[in-house]
Parts: sequence; structure tokens; C-alpha cells
Amino acid sequence: MNKSELIEALAEELKVPLRDASSAATTILDAMADALANGESIEIRGFGSFVVKEYGSYYGRNPKTGEKIKVKPKKLPFFKVGKELKEQVNNPAK
Amino acid sequence: MTLTKADLVQKVYQNHNFTKAQAAETVEAFLRIAKDCLKDGEDLLISGFGKFNVKEKNARRGRNPQTGDELILDARKVVTFKPSGILRARINGE
Repeated sequence: MNKSELIEALAEELKVPLRDASSAATTILDAMADALANGESIEIRGFGSFVVKEYGSYYGRNPKTGEKIKVKPKKLPFFKVGKELKEQVNNPAK
Repeated sequence: MTLTKADLVQKVYQNHNFTKAQAAETVEAFLRIAKDCLKDGEDLLISGFGKFNVKEKNARRGRNPQTGDELILDARKVVTFKPSGILRARINGE
């Protein structure tokens, strides 16, 4: 499923115009992205949580050429699946 | 600070012409659709945010780290998340 299919399903379920479902979905996703950009974590019961990990700068290698390169500090978001979803993925009948 | 479902409801309520109840139902429906998709074993691709994959893990032998007993871990499915380039850039302030 992609974003536009999700928006279509949302419009159908809420019985609202596609435009409204689309802007609501954008609001939700933007709020999540903004939180992560501010270094905040996200915790949604039943779904999962996101945390941002910070990495310092380190030396790595270009695997193709073997050349030594400096990797800049970076932040990466990580997702941990929630208990309910974790169980349901393995047992869809539940 | 942690972003929760209540914060998402508040954002939808602020940004749209919805009642509090409608905003809450919008967030619930959004999450329900996302969860149902993953429960069905289908990947969820949200452009600009990231991709949720359902991966099949084979059964393997493991150990109870506390007792050292050998046991079989059953085949199972896990949900993984890969952030999109846009989200990564946003988190790193690029």
C-alpha cells in the first residue's frame, strides 16, 4: 500500500472528500516528521515508537575502492514495533 | 519530549475544520489502516516519510540467555522501517 492508497482508504472510512483525507494525512505525517527533526521521540500505543539516534563522525571505507573516508555526524530515526502490532502481524486472526 | 497520539489529534484539530471527536477518529482511522495493511503482510510505502516492510524470519535455534537452554525460535514475521531520504535530510537539518 502506498500513501495515495492509504488516503483513499481514509476518505472512504471517514466518509469525507479525498482532499480532506489527504490534508489530514499530511498533517499527521508532518507532525511526526517535525517531532523527529526536533530530536523528539514518538510513541503510539499499539503501533510502535520512533527514536532518533545520533552518530558521531567516524572513519569508514568506500567498499568499492577501499579508500578511507570521513563520515560526518548524523542522526537516524529508528522504529520499534509495538506489542499489539507485533502480535497481530504474526496472528492476523486476532 | 515524546509525541503521542493525543498530540496528533490536537494537530489535526488545530489545522482542520474538525471537531475534537472527528480529529480523534481521523487519527484512529489512519493508524488502523496502516496496521491492517501490515497485518495482511503487505508493505506500507509512505513517500516522503519511509517504508514499513513485513519481513519473514525463518525458524532458528536460539538459546535462553538466562539458563543457556537451547530452544527453537519459530518462524515469524517482523516489521522493519526504512526512513526515506527526505525524512533523513529533514532530521539532519539539510
